[in-house]
Amino acid sequence: MSGPRYRADSIEKRRIVRLDGLTLLFHRPSGITHILSVPAPEILEALGDEPADAAGIVSRLAARHDMADIAEAEPVVAARLSELEAAGLVERL
Amino acid sequence: MKHAISLRIGPFGFRVGSAWPEPIIALAHLYHGYPAPHDRVADFSVRLEPERPWRRWLRPSVAIRGDFMLSDAAPMALAHGLLAAEMGMNLQMALGQRRYLLLHAATVERDGRALLLTGESGAGKSTLAALLGEHGWRLMGDEFALLDLDRGLFHSFPRAISLKNGAIALMEAQVPASRFGPRLESTPKGAIRHLRPGDGAIADMDKPARPAMILFPRFGFERAVRPVLGAEAFVRLTQASTNYVALGEPGFMALTGLVGQAPARAIDYPDGESAIALIEQLWAELKR
Amino acid sequence: MRDARPLVRALVDPVSVDRFDGADWTAVIACARAESLIGGLAHRLEGRYLPDAVADLMADARRSAAQARVHALWEAEMAGRALAGLNIPVILLKGTAYAAAGLDAADGRSIGDLDILVPRTALDRVEEALLTAGWEWVKDNAYDQLYYRRWMHELPPMIHRGRDRMIDVHHTILPPTARPKPDVEALIEDSVALANGLRVLSPPDKIVHAAAHLFADGDLAGGLRNLWDIDRLVRRYDAPAFRDRLAERARLHGLSSHVARALRLARSLYETPVDPHLAGRERLGDGLFERRLLARDGWGRECSKLLRFSFYVRSHWIRMPPLLLARHLWNKARA
Repeated sequence: MSGPRYRADSIEKRRIVRLDGLTLLFHRPSGITHILSVPAPEILEALGDEPADAAGIVSRLAARHDMADIAEAEPVVAARLSELEAAGLVERL
Repeated sequence: MKHAISLRIGPFGFRVGSAWPEPIIALAHLYHGYPAPHDRVADFSVRLEPERPWRRWLRPSVAIRGDFMLSDAAPMALAHGLLAAEMGMNLQMALGQRRYLLLHAATVERDGRALLLTGESGAGKSTLAALLGEHGWRLMGDEFALLDLDRGLFHSFPRAISLKNGAIALMEAQVPASRFGPRLESTPKGAIRHLRPGDGAIADMDKPARPAMILFPRFGFERAVRPVLGAEAFVRLTQASTNYVALGEPGFMALTGLVGQAPARAIDYPDGESAIALIEQLWAELKR
Repeated sequence: MRDARPLVRALVDPVSVDRFDGADWTAVIACARAESLIGGLAHRLEGRYLPDAVADLMADARRSAAQARVHALWEAEMAGRALAGLNIPVILLKGTAYAAAGLDAADGRSIGDLDILVPRTALDRVEEALLTAGWEWVKDNAYDQLYYRRWMHELPPMIHRGRDRMIDVHHTILPPTARPKPDVEALIEDSVALANGLRVLSPPDKIVHAAAHLFADGDLAGGLRNLWDIDRLVRRYDAPAFRDRLAERARLHGLSSHVARALRLARSLYETPVDPHLAGRERLGDGLFERRLLARDGWGRECSKLLRFSFYVRSHWIRMPPLLLARHLWNKARA
């Protein structure tokens, strides 16, 4: 059962500075600065150029990172996606 | 406008006009010897005008207006005209300045390197800046720090320092009377007296400095030092900036650059003397 | 500098600034800022030899306007995302529209709130969608809410909680209490789609709207800037066939006399090439309007207070018949 699918802007629309384990992100289309912590930056990266839903993103994350509780991850990712949508960093399709 | 004066403070020229002569006379005295605006073009204009036409003479009421204004700014009594002029210039910088990243902070310089003192209003930045200015540091500014978007340097903006209440007596004991403006009683912030920067600070107003350390000072507490992470400093500095959002990506890069290169600390101190000692100690540790 | 003529001259004929000394520049800059034209001036002067202090200020103004444009277009984008599910036309108005359509009129322009036009029948759903997506009311009290819904041509203003930016949702372009009755269905039908699904008014309707906005929407405060918009739009679109379309649309919306006067003023002040047939002969009142538009001195003050006050009273008279105006002012005073 798949949830809503999201897309992210292409990577050159973001300027990133990593500082003290946090990600400072300048979003060029909006001119807004965001401060993100794990796993939000990783979710954006995993979305890349290919839209996906929360389950799809969990698989991509599992392939790239060492993840502990994959089963628990989906609702967490879904919640973060919703926040990223409100912030304008991803768009629901 | 009947009375006017133009003067340059650091990179910016101001034209201040007034319906009454007194504020202009006070400015001329406090800022005598300051250069004229570059190319004789003022970057900002400030107007001190009667709130209503009849308030020019009857219980004179000074409205603070200019290129950039706050619609709900309360008018002031003529006795506080100098303060109104200073607030007018503050408003132009806070609302209209778009060349440098502007931070509500004091900056002082030594050996080409700058120390940034930032924090809440009333935390004691102005007083600290004034003290350091008399103890071997060049005052670059007590109210606004200007960060260059290209090279990441701080530029000097040596306005008269606004001393409040207890700080007035503290500085009167250390600085000749000729460097003070009039004592203004019963302003919205209590008693205020303006202190003209030292001759060195005025002469060197066009010399920028590389940021070396960021401090978040708190007056009136037991001596303490705490490191502040870059990310926390970043967030606090965006809150201390009036134009961060308007500057877009260059502002983002300049501010991340600043917190990346200058270590940040929070310091608590009980009085001016211990503040200076603490700052000297931290500055010396930097060199190592 | 007694009035805004040197500013107008600088916009029309940039060569005129070569004669300026420091005092002239200081005055024209203060005047331009007061008229929200510093960005427009900066664009007109781009590439000219200027004294360093002026060149720096103009560069600041262009950069500032460019960033403001990014924020304005983003606000439009987010409004578009919030309303996408409703499948209704969402038409951008004024500065945001010029920027979204890539027009000269947007160069250096200061853009304030986001203004959109939607069908009246969709208002409730638009309101709901915006509230769900993070917007909230600016004026929460019952009287202001009633005033806007009953008498005005827009929902009460809303502001986005997270981004702190205002949106004005219109269902027509003039208050229902004003005399001209523009054909809103025609405005919507002729609107043009942009790549992102948002829409803008058709070229002639943009000019008709700007003319309506110039006169009917206020006491001509900021008029020089609104007239500059009209100048830029006319120059962009002017052509024989376009002139016919413009006359046609002005007639359709009952705004022929507004458009005519706007064109006469633009021709007189900005030397805009206008259709002499549509502009018509000089009318009584043109001189007064021109003086009102130019009433800004070298300190940025509005000069000629009596002239200004008479226009202020006139503008409220235009929007609300006298009896309603009295009731409105009574309620405002009691609150």
